[in-house]
Amino acid sequence: MRRRDVILALIGIAVVWQALSKTLNLPILPPPLAVLQAFFKGLENGDLLQHALASLWRVVAGTALSIALAAPAGLVLGQSQQLNRFFSPLIYLTYPIPKVVLVPIVLLFFGIGDLPKIILIFMILFFQILVLVRDQAANIRPELIQSVRSLGAGRRALFRFVYLPASLPAILTALRQSVGTAVAVLYVAELFATQRGLGYYIYYSGSTLFDYPAMYAGILALSLMGVSLYFGVDWLERRWCPWLYAN
Amino acid sequence: MIRLEALTYAYSNHAPIFEAFDWQAQRGEAWVVLGPSGCGKTTLLYLLAGLRQPTAGRVIVDGQPLTRPRPHTGLILQDYGLLPWATVRQNVELGLRVRLFYGPDGKHAPEDFRPDVDILPWMERLGLTAVQDQYPGQISGGQRQRAAIARTLALQPDLLLMDEPFSSLDAPTREGLQNLTLELWSEKKLTLVVVTHAIEEAAILGQKILLLGLPPNRQATIIDNPGAAQADFRDTADYLSLCRELRGRMESNA
Ligand SMILES: Nc1ncnc2c1ncn2[C@@H]1O[C@H](COP(=O)(O)OP(=O)(O)OP(=O)(O)O)[C@@H](O)[C@H]1O
Ligand SMILES: [Mg+2]
Repeated sequence: MRRRDVILALIGIAVVWQALSKTLNLPILPPPLAVLQAFFKGLENGDLLQHALASLWRVVAGTALSIALAAPAGLVLGQSQQLNRFFSPLIYLTYPIPKVVLVPIVLLFFGIGDLPKIILIFMILFFQILVLVRDQAANIRPELIQSVRSLGAGRRALFRFVYLPASLPAILTALRQSVGTAVAVLYVAELFATQRGLGYYIYYSGSTLFDYPAMYAGILALSLMGVSLYFGVDWLERRWCPWLYAN
Repeated sequence: MIRLEALTYAYSNHAPIFEAFDWQAQRGEAWVVLGPSGCGKTTLLYLLAGLRQPTAGRVIVDGQPLTRPRPHTGLILQDYGLLPWATVRQNVELGLRVRLFYGPDGKHAPEDFRPDVDILPWMERLGLTAVQDQYPGQISGGQRQRAAIARTLALQPDLLLMDEPFSSLDAPTREGLQNLTLELWSEKKLTLVVVTHAIEEAAILGQKILLLGLPPNRQATIIDNPGAAQADFRDTADYLSLCRELRGRMESNA
């Protein structure tokens, strides 16, 4: 995929949008230029910006927390068949549950602050990272471990030179697969019981203020966040895992 | 250099593979361990490398009972020994980086380890300079084994253990690497222990051949092969008759 094609696609969307909004001429479909104006105004006066930062913080914190807990747990499970046999039925059952159905429960238990949102994102990413890192660690050949041990590596060096680089692609793949879901669930969670975050901003601008350009600006901001997280992970993978891209 | 004293080894909940097994190898000798699949060759090599501990008895290397991998022992396995995510050059440097990681603690790295070891001569000697920035998945099997050899020899071992190092290579590449192994063995005055199930390889590389049979192995069967390691041994009548003898013995063992 080339940069030029992406830009062309963007222009295409804008043209169709413009045409639709001209023909329909409804307040609920403002033209793209008006939305862009509202977007930059919102960034400047901080109105949109503070909500975007609140959402971004929840995503980043939830992601960091899930990596910090799921990656080591996945490494342990991947290395111990016994532990894995014990836990895998549990993972098997909980992994496919669409975590968005847990939103009301998490909100009931953890209230209205940042915490329930971070926990929701954590729950989505945790299992994904856990499973992928576990499978990756289980696939490390024992011969590889033994030959690195024969070079003098103990536990710490094995972690540094084998387990860490081996689990990195699994973590990044997990993030790429689920960061979109995480943002979507965050949006749903922010519709209730909060006054900060893009979910709230979108809902409030649309249904209370009837400020549709602002609502669209919020949607744009949330989409940008999802897209840049996705491409950010892609970029990190190219930087940190160059061997995956060597033909 | 190596002494097995009444070595017994069994994987947990399995019948023993070695039982009160005695064996010795002198410094500078070139040994081949030969035997059918499942006889315990790899197990023996892991015991010699300090990667597994005997169930009973002792493994003594250079006068010291082994309890962990010894910094001056090098180990090369058939496949999968290179880090797939590191370039050839980074793989060759790996042993040195592990040593730098711990510092000269006498445990993971020798006490006299000096961090200024240069891997470049090894890269050149083994013809790896042209592929130094490639990943193991991008180079040939022969080049991968060369990289494994460079990585191990850069640590200046005195004992080199190899587990079926060339069995996945085509014949010309294999012969080339067998010759290179013998060259390095005599040049660096290594003690060499090569594990193989290939009779021809045993005859070429082993001045002495330790023959293992179906477990449990209780007694060391040793065959002397003074002609090994000489130029053109492959073309002599001695070589052929040794191969015939080894084949006969392996069949009667099985
Ligand atoms: N980790 C293990 N746990 C239990 N049994 C094992 C383990 N590793 C090997 N064995 C068994 O021990 C025996 C000896 O295995 P080993 O790998 O030493 O044989 P080998 O001579 O190297 O065979 P090959 O020529 O096929 O490599 C075999 O019966 C094998 O199944
Ligand atoms: Mg073996």
